[in-house]
Amino acid sequence: MTESPDPKPITALADEGPTAPPRSHWRDVWDQFKSHRGALAGGIVLLFIILAVFLGPYIWPYDATYIDIRSRNQGPTFAHPFGTDQLGRDTLARMLEGGRTSIAVGLTAMLLALVLGSLIGVLAGFFRRLDGPLMRFTDLFLSLPLLPLLLVMVLLFREALNGMFGPEMGIFILIVVAIGVTSWMPTARIVRGDVLALKEREFILAARSIGTTNFNLITRHILPNVMSPIMVSATLGIANAIITESALSFLGLGFPPDFPTWGRLLNDATQYLQDYPERVFWPGLAISLTVLSINYMGDGLRDALDPRIRGR
Amino acid sequence: MLTYTIRRLVLSIPTLLFISLVIFLLLELAPGDPMAQVPLTVPPEVKERMREALGLGEPTHVRFFKWMYQFFVVEPMLLFDHIFGTALAEGQQRVLSWQFRSPVMDVIVQRMPQTLWVVAMSYVVGILIALPIGIYSAYRQYSLFDQAGTFITMVGYSVPPFFSGVLVIVIFSVQLGWLPSIYDTTLEVVDWATFKKQILQMVMPVMVLALQTTAQISRFMRASMLDNLNQDYVRTARAKGLSEWAVVMVHVLRNSMIPVVTVIALGVPYIFGGAIITEQIFKVNGLGQLLITAIQANDLPMVQTVTFMIAVLIVMFNIVADVLYGVLDPRIRYD
Repeated sequence: MTESPDPKPITALADEGPTAPPRSHWRDVWDQFKSHRGALAGGIVLLFIILAVFLGPYIWPYDATYIDIRSRNQGPTFAHPFGTDQLGRDTLARMLEGGRTSIAVGLTAMLLALVLGSLIGVLAGFFRRLDGPLMRFTDLFLSLPLLPLLLVMVLLFREALNGMFGPEMGIFILIVVAIGVTSWMPTARIVRGDVLALKEREFILAARSIGTTNFNLITRHILPNVMSPIMVSATLGIANAIITESALSFLGLGFPPDFPTWGRLLNDATQYLQDYPERVFWPGLAISLTVLSINYMGDGLRDALDPRIRGR
Repeated sequence: MLTYTIRRLVLSIPTLLFISLVIFLLLELAPGDPMAQVPLTVPPEVKERMREALGLGEPTHVRFFKWMYQFFVVEPMLLFDHIFGTALAEGQQRVLSWQFRSPVMDVIVQRMPQTLWVVAMSYVVGILIALPIGIYSAYRQYSLFDQAGTFITMVGYSVPPFFSGVLVIVIFSVQLGWLPSIYDTTLEVVDWATFKKQILQMVMPVMVLALQTTAQISRFMRASMLDNLNQDYVRTARAKGLSEWAVVMVHVLRNSMIPVVTVIALGVPYIFGGAIITEQIFKVNGLGQLLITAIQANDLPMVQTVTFMIAVLIVMFNIVADVLYGVLDPRIRYD
């Protein structure tokens, strides 16, 4: 240690206050997120797609179910930029309508999976007694063959739910619940791991020592601190749910035919593959582009929320 | 390690029993009636006898235990007979498919080769492509190759097989006419011409499935290599004058392969499940296609057996992956 010629005993007191204005956590996250070009592009594309499918049907003049048999099987024209299908329905209108369903399914199923996963993860991590049973339960779900079971579930409960809620709402609820209950496991595992580590930290001990109840401990102290893994699994969950819904629709076990989704449109288009091969392009591109942009966003979000990477 | 393996194997038995029960109960709710195709002129008492012949007359738990007996006792005995020429399973009732009116296992054995050829081949191809991409991307991090590789794996991750499959059909079958769009399973490889045909028809399904495998494995490989490249032992290896090739391909690669091998092991059961969607697109009549036609035809014993077999494989390969992790990495101790 080198001796300074003029020792100041407590230099910290003489320091001026921090020059930079204080920055919030989310501001830092946003700055880091912005620097990931792929994530930013993904976010913009996703925003565009979401705006298009939710606002587009109000602007675009054609209805998705309007049949104009005289202008069927058209290629791209000025009136129908994406062409028309075998019944003369406008493909762009169907794409917008289908995207609305696909993204709605993705968001809702993701929310369900997230709530289930966080609940089970937090409970397993926080209460030692629940840890064993809940994690065995998670392992059990992880070892189920999911796609076959999804197919079976859809086949079994379609009629019953259709009767209860009508054909559109019934199948929507069925698919959302089916995807939700088969995709919560990764979230639960990650959240449990984080909660286990958090539980031993001093601020939890401090909160507990002033008599915070378990419920408040979880909602005020634990949950805000595990938000970042939850958000990352949320983005990946949306992508997964959109692909699963499209796969079900593609296999003919999803939404009914006159109720377009992207998977359904792709399935319809494959039947005309020989004559109109270009028709499979738009729905497939829409699914891929959405999932791609969500995945890029998830990547950027993971980096942005990781304080070890931030500022590099 | 041995005690750990044994403990895991013993623990897997209740898990598997529970899974089989879940699948059975789920199928029990099925609304379909296997007698739906029988003409209305058949009198009800004959119909009742036919139901009993299918094994539907008894209560649920009896049928569940009968299925378990057939699956866990009769079928293995039959396999034993087949290998050693004994006659243990003579006259025993086997799991019968309602759709084919023949034992489920026979149908599965018929369908297995197609699935193994196409899906397993694509898994191997995917891994062989993924490893070099992952290694080189990590070695030259943020280079042009890495950026391109990351983008391509991201695309492979995001493009679902029902789009990439249809897309390659449009390009290579419809537009260019190079490859057949339908997989011909009756083709027998006897000479050079049929071999060439077999290769040609396998290209597209293998390509589509390999894209997905490549995307997943190369991401893992890259991340794992990046974790290891900055370790101290790498600097030591360079400092003592090892060639760059030896440092990367021997020291770093061997350590990076540990998590990648377990990921590869975890993916194996899904080969046997067949790629349901890809098989559907290319009309490969493998196990995945068998499963989906069985679901559509309400062939419950078939769905039950195939789904359960996939579950067994998933549980087993989970154990394999965990044990392998412990064997390959001496830092991991389970006991």
